[in-house]
Amino acid sequence: MSRLDQCFKALKDSKQKALVPFITAGDPSADFTLNCMHEMVKAGASIIELGVPFSDPMADGPVIQRASERALANRMSLRGVIEIVRAFRETDQTTPVILMGYLNPIEFMGYETFASAAAEAGVDGVLTVDIPPEESADLIAAYDQHGLAPIFLLSPTSHENRIKKVSAVAKGYIYYVSLKGVTGAGNLELGEIETKIKEIKQHTSLPIAIGFGVKNADIAANIAKIGDAVVVGSALINCITDHLDNQTQGQQGISSLLSEMRTAMDAVTQ
Amino acid sequence: MPTSDNKKQAVVTDYNLPDERGHFGPYGGLFVGETLMESIDELNKAYAKFIRDPDFLAELDADLHDYVGRPSPIYYAERLTKETGGAQIYLKREDLNHTGAHKINNTIGQALLAKRMGKTRIIAETGAGQHGVATATVAARLGLECVIYMGAEDIQRQSPNVYRMKLLGAKVVAVTSGSQTLKDALNEALRDWVTNIDNTYYIIGTVAGPHPYPAMVRDFQTIIGRESREQMMAKTGHLPDALVACVGGGSNAIGLFHPFIEDESVSIYGVEAAGLGVETGQHSAPLNAGKPGVLHGNRTYLMADENGEIIETHSISAGLDYPGVGPEHAWLKDIGRAEYVSIKDDEALAAFHQLTRVEGIIPALESSHAVAYAIKLAKTMSKDQTILVCLSGRGDKDIFTIAELEGIEL
Repeated sequence: MSRLDQCFKALKDSKQKALVPFITAGDPSADFTLNCMHEMVKAGASIIELGVPFSDPMADGPVIQRASERALANRMSLRGVIEIVRAFRETDQTTPVILMGYLNPIEFMGYETFASAAAEAGVDGVLTVDIPPEESADLIAAYDQHGLAPIFLLSPTSHENRIKKVSAVAKGYIYYVSLKGVTGAGNLELGEIETKIKEIKQHTSLPIAIGFGVKNADIAANIAKIGDAVVVGSALINCITDHLDNQTQGQQGISSLLSEMRTAMDAVTQ
Repeated sequence: MPTSDNKKQAVVTDYNLPDERGHFGPYGGLFVGETLMESIDELNKAYAKFIRDPDFLAELDADLHDYVGRPSPIYYAERLTKETGGAQIYLKREDLNHTGAHKINNTIGQALLAKRMGKTRIIAETGAGQHGVATATVAARLGLECVIYMGAEDIQRQSPNVYRMKLLGAKVVAVTSGSQTLKDALNEALRDWVTNIDNTYYIIGTVAGPHPYPAMVRDFQTIIGRESREQMMAKTGHLPDALVACVGGGSNAIGLFHPFIEDESVSIYGVEAAGLGVETGQHSAPLNAGKPGVLHGNRTYLMADENGEIIETHSISAGLDYPGVGPEHAWLKDIGRAEYVSIKDDEALAAFHQLTRVEGIIPALESSHAVAYAIKLAKTMSKDQTILVCLSGRGDKDIFTIAELEGIEL
């Protein structure tokens, strides 16, 4: 059983939902990211999504754009992100790690080289924002070869035919983008999300993670009632941005926000 | 073929690309997030329907004639030809279109499509401002709300066009992320589109972006090449021996080239911006010095570092200052049907002055790259041969940039 499947099974047994923090690797430094990953696990994270910085993050709002720019200024790269995961795995062999980013760095590295290096370092799945299932055959073949889960997005505008297409190729979990827009934007309509998740569940048995717009513990708890996993990104990166001159404080901010979310989520599911 | 020392370009028959999913060989395609897929699907269906609809085509034709002023003339540049020596140089005068460039051929088409799709809000990205002006113009005419994204650096370089867009009622949003140029304006427009997907139509200005944009923008721009065939036949009795057009994203170029792809006797030259020189790294010539990757919805040649991060480009001309290129150009390069060359900033500037001085035509800095290469090419060809250059835009917008470069205060 894959690390991701084991993770979701264990959560089910303990009547918990997955808490999935997203941070951009290398923001503000590789050392910070590695330490932060361990601290986030201590604070209740179930799965970690590591953002691979890209020069043109088209699907991201200003918070993650700036994080990407800071990481690139520190010379973080796809290979660098893989090295962070390798270092993380030295002491944590159970927490699944997902890379999330854009296609071009993977194109330049080569699908096979990337899949092999990522799997060997301990990456469990990859979410590439700008490749839909229609263009993914070669990439998925490389992932299959090395046991990486291809993770795909669905959105409020995804109608039945798209849900079927994504369900047919996705593994690990499906990431539902809870609002129309970029990361970190807007307010969530819980009723609409619930209806859509029910529709998606008719086509897949994969867990559904919900993200974009999860800003605080209350929202996280509400989302935990609907989905199998709650993704939080921009709110954590704001902690980093607000304390760039004092990274320890930034880390504490991330840990305490995640702890609050964990407690609030468990309170509604256990 | 114009000269014996040029390598022969490939012969192409039954050219019918892209395939139904937007591929030109390995290039093109549809690389966007799930959040845009339904909208693009909607656009694909609407475009496929209306491009065959006689009412739509009649309205488009009437607008191109009465509003844009088509057909644009072909002009024999007699004094430039004489001064150069060699092949006869003809100019396809897209600079004489309403708003001063070829860009409006496409914005008219897409805006009519947007209206039929029931969209009330138009967005666009712009580099030099020509596409922004052409978009703001058609939005004003059709009574549609209009927002234009423009890199903060380009706003500095092209202030007359910024003012023009504002006069036309558009909101111009300065983009301060990344390198603050065209690619970042495109990123920001995509973010707007995904956020306002219900009422908004995104008019991409070049033959890049996700399918169907490269094919759709090309189809609206091929009016340039279709007219040129007839006009050159009428004027000279045969097709031109060579076509020359500048390539940023490459919309004026593909518009001219496409109707000639299967004509074996016609050589095709796309001119990229070599900036300070391709060897310096300070350029915008991905077909000459880049490698294939994926950006802005399609696979094509890109300027990126070894990690796949897009690098900043340089050109004297804001309209060519883009790290990618239309996927159809990537394919025409790979199969050897077209040759992609490059012209440096100073060469383009010299051609700008020469055309202005001897023909009384002030060309856009973008088009000056094509003129510069045509002058070089003409010298290698004989007097009984002809070159057709796409003069894609007029240079009024550039006079401030040029004056500043030359230390002249206006």
